[in-house]
Amino acid sequence: MLKIGVPSKGRLQELTFQWFGNHGVTMRQTGNDREYSGAVDGIDGVELVLLSAGEIPRELSAGRIHLGVTGTDLIRDKLADWDRQVTSLAPLGFGHADLIIAVPAVWIDVDTVDDLDAAASAFRAAHGFRLRIATKYHRLVRDFLTAQGVADYQLVDSQGATEGTIRNLTAEAVADITSSGETLRANHLKILSDALILQSQAELFLSRQADWDAATRSTLTDLLRRLSLPVPAL
Amino acid sequence: MTTKSAIRAQAETLFAAFRAAGAVPVDADILLPAETLLDLYGEDIRARAYVTSDPLRGEMMLRPDFTVPVVQAHMAHGADPARYCYMGEVFRKQDHLGPRASEYLQVGFEVFDRAAPELADAQVFALFARLLSDLTLRPATGDIGILMAAVRGLSTTDRRKAALLRHIWRPKRFRALLDRFAGRAPMPEARITLLDRLAQDTPEALIAAAGTFTGLRAPEEIAARAAALIEDSATAPIAAPEAALLYDLLSLEAPAQAALTHLRGITPLLPAIAPAVERFATRLEALNANGIDTMTLPFQASHGRTSLEYYDGFVFSFHAADPTLPPVASGGRYDALTAVLGQGRSIPAVGGVIRPGLVTALRGG
Repeated sequence: MLKIGVPSKGRLQELTFQWFGNHGVTMRQTGNDREYSGAVDGIDGVELVLLSAGEIPRELSAGRIHLGVTGTDLIRDKLADWDRQVTSLAPLGFGHADLIIAVPAVWIDVDTVDDLDAAASAFRAAHGFRLRIATKYHRLVRDFLTAQGVADYQLVDSQGATEGTIRNLTAEAVADITSSGETLRANHLKILSDALILQSQAELFLSRQADWDAATRSTLTDLLRRLSLPVPAL
Repeated sequence: MTTKSAIRAQAETLFAAFRAAGAVPVDADILLPAETLLDLYGEDIRARAYVTSDPLRGEMMLRPDFTVPVVQAHMAHGADPARYCYMGEVFRKQDHLGPRASEYLQVGFEVFDRAAPELADAQVFALFARLLSDLTLRPATGDIGILMAAVRGLSTTDRRKAALLRHIWRPKRFRALLDRFAGRAPMPEARITLLDRLAQDTPEALIAAAGTFTGLRAPEEIAARAAALIEDSATAPIAAPEAALLYDLLSLEAPAQAALTHLRGITPLLPAIAPAVERFATRLEALNANGIDTMTLPFQASHGRTSLEYYDGFVFSFHAADPTLPPVASGGRYDALTAVLGQGRSIPAVGGVIRPGLVTALRGG
């Protein structure tokens, strides 16, 4: 069986089902709408696995699913050497979000990464600890700031309501995904002009670790033909 | 296949050689408090070291190197002068699939001595060169002290010098700052806009106009940096000839004696580097006296700037022919680190480590 992991609920699941539906592959949740079981119609040998979007990268990496739908941000943040573990088959055109760095709007002296670095230096001297940036995207943000040569900062973990950490005085800046920027503005924050860390959207990924036997390969070829996608080398 | 026991035997041999050179063996914990390392190396170390948590002691790190615990032990209760050697595993998280080891043995040698730092530099290098002499490794050397002296000697504001010194170990940002201070890079658009607005209003008024105040960074801190930006915008660029010398120094790469001749040639134009250049000359004499041919010894003024270390003087490494292998040995001088960890006290210090696993592999063991 070719296992395909898709988000287990919400708007992301709805849009995923719609995208496959538009390509003649019908996905549906079976049982009642709280039961995490699903089915794929119109093609044999495909099993639907409903998972939290955040767990799909790990399942792809482990090879427990052959294909999976999740965000670019989650793949690149959670998987080291992501492009050797998974192959992106197609961007799906929804779930768009930018990973950015934001600071209080009243920081009139900070507009770029260069400013943030200088502010971090002065902040550490004044407060005795490194300037705190709240995020859940530790790898992406750290890699970005390392590449930019930023010093005197620390990442503090925030798994939700990240914009609130500044008001609560548990962080000075945030690195988070945003689509419209409304939550940032509502929390009196502004986006640094040159700190677009990643543009993310939902993508269909293929696991390079999964067991690709003759049967699953043939199912993959069949599925990708319906989706009008080229078959990658395995 | 190189076995663990062969590597350990190799490590023991190197360890014995360091003891024979007068070093006292020291032990270090494997679990180190993460905070000390994070405050020293910054967040970057998280990408390289394994972080774990202790229910009572908080975040801990699996020893990524011996320098910090050895310096701490010395600053707490060391003799003066002192020579130490150590042997043990270090742990480095690898973010890429590949052959790089995430756990390997290091054997190290450190000298804490106020008397003759350049002689100590030469002795450490010569000892490493001798122990590795059968492997035909390519040595690399540098001297971060010359670069730091050049920055300190620039005719510009202390603020600009401090900004450059802070980023000596981050070449990309250093270069960006230097380009801006030298007038070679345009001022960012946002900065021009801000300076225009600051010309018409006080920082306090602009802060008030920017909306609801939030966060720990106080209005005074924001205003202080705004004032610094105004001051900086009125500062003349670093004079072109002086900037050219610094760019020249950053890319200086030559055999050590030729590099010395070159540095002596530019010293009259950049007199602040004179003491550092003379220290370099003294070190080369000491290296010659210790059997190192400085006519051929490679020198690179920027060597060691990306090593995630706080080397601030002599730096060296030994490389195998295979460029994909990490250095077989590396080390340098870290006087400033002893001041950071010494709570007010400091002592000149130089040392280095050898990876017995690589030595064994190169010997075909």
